[in-house]
Amino acid sequence: MIEVIFMITAIVCLISALLTVTAHNAVHALLYLVTMMIAIALIFFLFGSPFAAALQIIVYAGAVMVLFVFVTMMLHQGEKSILDEKTLFNLKSARGPLLLAVILIIELLTISVQPLDVNASLAPLSPVNSEVVNSEASAQSDNTSQPNSVKSLAIQLYGPYRVLVIIAAMLLLSALIGAIHIARKAPKPVGVDLSPEETPLASKQQETNS
Amino acid sequence: MIETLWVIILSFSLFAIGILGLISRRNLLFILLSIEIMLNGIILLFVAASNLHGNNDGQIMYLLVLTLAASEVAVALALVMQIYRQQQNLDVDTLTKLRG
Repeated sequence: MIEVIFMITAIVCLISALLTVTAHNAVHALLYLVTMMIAIALIFFLFGSPFAAALQIIVYAGAVMVLFVFVTMMLHQGEKSILDEKTLFNLKSARGPLLLAVILIIELLTISVQPLDVNASLAPLSPVNSEVVNSEASAQSDNTSQPNSVKSLAIQLYGPYRVLVIIAAMLLLSALIGAIHIARKAPKPVGVDLSPEETPLASKQQETNS
Repeated sequence: MIETLWVIILSFSLFAIGILGLISRRNLLFILLSIEIMLNGIILLFVAASNLHGNNDGQIMYLLVLTLAASEVAVALALVMQIYRQQQNLDVDTLTKLRG
């Protein structure tokens, strides 16, 4: 039963990702992207990690998507931008490479489903060795709630990984400052903006020029 | 139980779709969406590995990738707005001011 749900979710995920990439209207692409992220959250839930699923919905489908929607709302010009996008990208020009890439994907699938013994030394490491993986997966599925619970995650996050939390916080802070600084409307071109108190020589030059 | 192979194939397919969009689109907004799809493929692999091996390191990595994606989106969307102010479209091919 879980396999069927996983398959359906994976197909939904792939189709919406493809439609995101090939859409002409930015709003349609965003809607398909939200669908893909919610499908991935459902897959996380099927894996047995509800905390990751909740974070996926809150942060990705919530916060990141709101940013995208706001920027699209500010930049979208209705019919004109859709027509522009049709001249910028059409699927006909991407058809040849797409066909070749599909051949490569079919090859990958056939190799993965039927393992070829090309290199015997790689066999124990390769994920194709499905018996080992299956036994491992079934072994950990019995106690899946214990090691992946939110409590143990939090203990680990604020125990051995506490430097990582600080690094993440500094990353977010620097991104915030950078985003504010970049998106700010510059009142004048850079360079003329220097105040005369800081550069007395430049102010003298400006006076002589005037 | 879900086969690990299918999860890996799904993750790689998402990454490939993201690369397809990254290469073939010329609108900067769609390039950012493609990067989001690629990051989603990666975190799918991280969470799947964390559940397969039964430890939390994959999920901690997932948190870090989530932080990275949020900050990347913030800075990149600010750049998108600034580029849109400079030239009235988002065509990447016309960004040639740094050419000597």
